[in-house]
Amino acid sequence: MTRALAIRQLAVQRGTRAILSGVDLEVARGEIVALMGLSGTGKSTVLRLVAGLEPFSEGVIDIDGAVIDAGARVARARLRSKVGLVFQSHHLFEHLTALDNVRLAMLHVQRLSLADATRRAMSLMDDLGVGERAGAWPRELSGGEAQRVAIARALAMDPPVLLLDEPTASLDPARRGELGQILRALAADGRALVVTSHDDDFVAAYATRVAILAAGRIVEQGDPRTVLGNPQHDATRELLRIEKTKRDG
Amino acid sequence: MIPGIACYLLLALPLYQAGPQPLRWGGDAEGGSPFVEADPRHPARVTGFDVEIAELLAAELGRRPAFVQVMFTSLDQSARRGDFDIGLSGIEDTPARRAALAVTVPYYEFREVITVRAADQQRFRTLGDLRGHRVATLGGTIAYELLLDAERTHGITAISYDDDVHPYTDLAIGRVDAVLLDHVLAERAMRRVAGLVTQPAAVAVGRYVGVLAPDRTDLRDRIDGILRAAMRDGRLERIFRKWGVWNEDQPRLYSEVLAAATVQARAPTTQGALESAGRYFPALLRAAAVTLVLSVAAMALAVAAGVLIATGRVYGDPLTRAILTGYVELIRGTPLLLQLFVIYYGLASVIRLPAFVAALLGLGLNYAAYESEIYRSALEAISRGQLEAARVLGFSERQILRLVRGPQAFRLALAPMTNDFVALLKDSSLVSMLTVMELTKQTQIYATNVGSWVLPGLLCAALYLAMSLPLGHLARRLERRWSAPGV
Repeated sequence: MTRALAIRQLAVQRGTRAILSGVDLEVARGEIVALMGLSGTGKSTVLRLVAGLEPFSEGVIDIDGAVIDAGARVARARLRSKVGLVFQSHHLFEHLTALDNVRLAMLHVQRLSLADATRRAMSLMDDLGVGERAGAWPRELSGGEAQRVAIARALAMDPPVLLLDEPTASLDPARRGELGQILRALAADGRALVVTSHDDDFVAAYATRVAILAAGRIVEQGDPRTVLGNPQHDATRELLRIEKTKRDG
Repeated sequence: MIPGIACYLLLALPLYQAGPQPLRWGGDAEGGSPFVEADPRHPARVTGFDVEIAELLAAELGRRPAFVQVMFTSLDQSARRGDFDIGLSGIEDTPARRAALAVTVPYYEFREVITVRAADQQRFRTLGDLRGHRVATLGGTIAYELLLDAERTHGITAISYDDDVHPYTDLAIGRVDAVLLDHVLAERAMRRVAGLVTQPAAVAVGRYVGVLAPDRTDLRDRIDGILRAAMRDGRLERIFRKWGVWNEDQPRLYSEVLAAATVQARAPTTQGALESAGRYFPALLRAAAVTLVLSVAAMALAVAAGVLIATGRVYGDPLTRAILTGYVELIRGTPLLLQLFVIYYGLASVIRLPAFVAALLGLGLNYAAYESEIYRSALEAISRGQLEAARVLGFSERQILRLVRGPQAFRLALAPMTNDFVALLKDSSLVSMLTVMELTKQTQIYATNVGSWVLPGLLCAALYLAMSLPLGHLARRLERRWSAPGV
């Protein structure tokens, strides 16, 4: 397995508050790594740093050979076509149809011809089961449809690393299963996936590895069924207890 | 304590001036000497021959004169409304006035004369010599009517001003090639502005009268009696001699007035309301076209400059932001009228802009400040998520502005922009101060000519609505198309 993403000693300070204090994580192509942790432990921050949306105080992020250093101004140009991010609330461009959302970067960043961009965008949307919604406006899409269009848009640049922030949050159990299948297919294509989630059933079913984030570090990681079935760390036990309470209502 | 007592005394003062009702007389002190002008030594008082005639009338009526300041072009409407008992301000005797108001006997005869630059003294002697040239005058006067006729008969271009000072200063700097006005005004102007010459031949002859509300014929008849007596015993002559405007035309006028029971108004044209409506409608349409072209061009400038200012304020460095914020605050915090005057008259010594260009720049740069605030708030209203989604995809900041933030902001800005365009359409009436003949100004001239605002007002309103309503309709259609269909 070739390594696509390596995070070393990643630390982020906001004012006097330490958000992350030394995160290490490696993800290989074909892996689906689930990042779990209580709210506010910095799961989403890790994704945002890898996507180049925020600077960080210490550490190094290496994405398929593109290296981001601490303190350096965020160099998105170097990350171009290396990493895709699917936001929890999707953030589809509201003034564009689904098809235009997917092909905008192909046209203006990759500079594909309109015909090529359209063909590729339609093929991505067909694979994700939203080809028929190509002409719809974002506000006309259901939550699940919007998520698939957002995944198609994130795949527009064919990035080796794909990040998804809480993709299960707004899906019912049936749709979660479909999403899991999609993630497996994307990993099988040779991508490295990092997914934040609260849903231990989903993680146990579809992730190839789980990493537990607590107090700004990864405190425990390994095979999801092992880690979640036999938690070694207090933070993991606490997380599972809270998730169970939430599920049982 | 002492200022407090002084205030009390000032407030109480009018109570001790009880007695007969004052004779309220209306005039425009901006018209200036020798008619009515603020006394340079006591700016609260007015002086001039019209002031002394008002004093004479008040004394004979056993009343105290009280001056009411009214804009020259509004004197007729103000008299009709009863804002004052009599208007005296170099008001010309015209058939329209006689039809709409109670008019006194004429008390002064003037000549309409052509003033030119000294260099053109031999070239431009008559209106016929001025074919293809711009000739200025005061709007709403017999002189303006004469120029409108001369547009057809002699091919000149008539330029209307709201005051009688700027026609002559603009003549001196070459914005116009001649001025046609009363000889009283021409003589005064030549004392103030160097390098001008007035041709001796009169283009026409007119007379000054006092105007009263149409139902005040009793007071008018008493005033006519007083004026006739003052013509007989030389009191009027003394007043006009004092102000240096007495000449041989006056004794002839007086003997005509004293001989006849009624004196016909002398005016170059006599027309009925319908005839003048037919005559003015093409002029109103032309003026509406000027308003529309000016507004569209000024809005285009405002949008372009507004986008640049807003972009600079959102993306610029601190210095750029400070300069642009300063511009917006300066423009929003000062009157548009002042800005127009500065651009047209204030800059005349540096750059002599044609009136239309000055109007376009003034309106466009003023509205740019307002547009930029709309665009800035619209840009800032686009959610961070939209921008981050674009950043992750690798767009440059410039591309994000062009492809994502700008188009979304434009939709938010559309409704307030439509609002502003309609406001600009109406604010464009201010540029008549720079001699641009737009719709409101043309309507005002029409109304002054026919002595009524009813028909001109209705036609003018209809033309403005014909321009603004389709725009609102278009904006609503665009907004509907962009808003959620079926959701």
